[in-house]
Amino acid sequence: MSENLAKIKAPSESLFSKKNRKLLIEPLTNNNPVTVQVLGICSALAITVKMDTALVMGLSVIFVTAAGNYVISALRNIMPPRIRIIVQLVVAAALVIIVNEILKAYLPDISEQLSVFVGLIITNCIIMGRFEAYAMANKPWPSFLDGIGNGAGYAILLLIVAFVRELLGSGSLFGVKILGSAVPGEETGLYTMGYVNNNLIILPPMALIIVGIIIWVQRAKNTSLQEEN
Amino acid sequence: MKFLENILHKMEPNFVKGAKYEKWNPLFETIATFAFTPKQVTTKGAHIRDGVDLKRTMMMVIIALIPCLLFGIYNTGHWQMVAELGNRNLPYWENGLDKFWNGSLIVLPLIVVSYGVGLGIEFIFGMLRGHSLHEGFLVSGMLIPLTMPADVPLWMVGVATAFAVIIGKEIFGGTGMNIINVALTARAFLFFAYPTSMSGDKVWMAGTETTKVDGFTGSTALGDLATFMSDKPVFQNLNGFTSEYSLSESFIGMIPGSVGETSTFACLIGAGILLITGVGSLRIMASFFVGGLAMGLLLNLMGGNPYFELPAVYHLVIGSFAFGAIFMATDPVSAAQTAKGKLVYGFLGGLLAILIRVLNPAYPEGVMLAILFMNISAPLIDYYVIQGNINRRLKRIKTA
Repeated sequence: MSENLAKIKAPSESLFSKKNRKLLIEPLTNNNPVTVQVLGICSALAITVKMDTALVMGLSVIFVTAAGNYVISALRNIMPPRIRIIVQLVVAAALVIIVNEILKAYLPDISEQLSVFVGLIITNCIIMGRFEAYAMANKPWPSFLDGIGNGAGYAILLLIVAFVRELLGSGSLFGVKILGSAVPGEETGLYTMGYVNNNLIILPPMALIIVGIIIWVQRAKNTSLQEEN
Repeated sequence: MKFLENILHKMEPNFVKGAKYEKWNPLFETIATFAFTPKQVTTKGAHIRDGVDLKRTMMMVIIALIPCLLFGIYNTGHWQMVAELGNRNLPYWENGLDKFWNGSLIVLPLIVVSYGVGLGIEFIFGMLRGHSLHEGFLVSGMLIPLTMPADVPLWMVGVATAFAVIIGKEIFGGTGMNIINVALTARAFLFFAYPTSMSGDKVWMAGTETTKVDGFTGSTALGDLATFMSDKPVFQNLNGFTSEYSLSESFIGMIPGSVGETSTFACLIGAGILLITGVGSLRIMASFFVGGLAMGLLLNLMGGNPYFELPAVYHLVIGSFAFGAIFMATDPVSAAQTAKGKLVYGFLGGLLAILIRVLNPAYPEGVMLAILFMNISAPLIDYYVIQGNINRRLKRIKTA
């Protein structure tokens, strides 16, 4: 009965209609999972010391949210609601294991640096949040786009934080020493003028402060995001 | 003065709401109220018994800091000369004018940078938020240079001041809203961000790095003491230490250290000024000292290591213990507010300061970390003091 209803109601919609594009773009800015919904903070603190780890982590999360959203959305009508959390966890866990194995095989260095945090993607609130809030109530294609959008929103924030932390903390970006060499005795670039890398910014508390500053700037610019007291 | 007043009076219409320079009103108002009394004064139903306002309170702290500042300038000049000649036994009171002059050349730029950066940021926030400049930074701006080692690069002072004003104060809403001491935030930032410029043997005397004399170290009393906890102590035993740093010299402040903190004597003069004018809290200062003394005595009882056996009184005169107790812990914004809470706050602060200092060689001076920790705990202390009071009164009602 319900399936028939859905068939009658469903209007044919182009793959990238205005509504679908919104699913992709909203999470990047005004509905960012990290700065607006304040989810996934812990991993944002742990793996943003370097740009390359942040990028790999971001891509992994995009993959898990997108593929996971698609699978959950496809299963949503045949899944008994009572066991839905278990099903969601199994799907997320399977995807995370796939990602972890791929990283181990092709990017062993970065996989080692990310250590447990790839495995911990499964506990990232963004994943379960999107499964519950979106995929359980929408069709596979929009869910897929929603997953990509939210994963990308998370990835963009990681990259901004990692940019600041790697630039000020290590004087490099993606491992390239763009501020010159800081080796004592043979300094080049900025370091000849007495510049020193900031050790505090490598410590986790500074990542939290940087996320806080991003939230501050975003809400100052877009006052509709500010909460009432 | 009438002349200045006339000028300000003539300029005023340009700065009122809707006028040409409305945006610059905070700047105008700051200068005008700095020179003369503010225009808005309480007219009726006064709740404050005294004419003292924030600006005057802050000025009293600045005045109390002057002994520390002057002594710090002289001391900095002395140790710079020591580093230059490579002779740690240089007579302290000779060539006084030279030392004072050289010291000013090192300390004054620190003060200028601290005030310049801090007030600049405060002005920007004042203009954005449409209020006049808050006075809070007057004291922080003086405390920051006094907590710096003489050799710290100026740009680091600027970065730390900016960090402390923005992250330590403005994001909480500005003066009076900060949860931790602003000056200590600046110092803690530098301590963790640029440890090589904030600790070790090279930074306490200007020019130690370039001194040509072999085997010269610019270590501080606390740095030397911390080596007792390692395998290679600087001194064979405690007597070696006490002959190098005598109690009276440490009390007067004739030892290397951050610019303004070496002299317990100058700090005590400042404490006197703060107490007479009622600006500083005697409860916090006294309990801070008692806490430090108690921890020192406890460590004496435990013994077994020369550092543990250091006479407890020494702990109060070396390092920044007195400076922290008198000027940092008593910050009226970030300290505990209740009378009982102040006692607990000060006592635990002193206790922790000595605990960190002795037991963790990685942090030779624990005063900064202890006070920051107590700043964060202060609301909790106040909460329990107030709850205790409420419960006691409730009991009285029930029994009556």
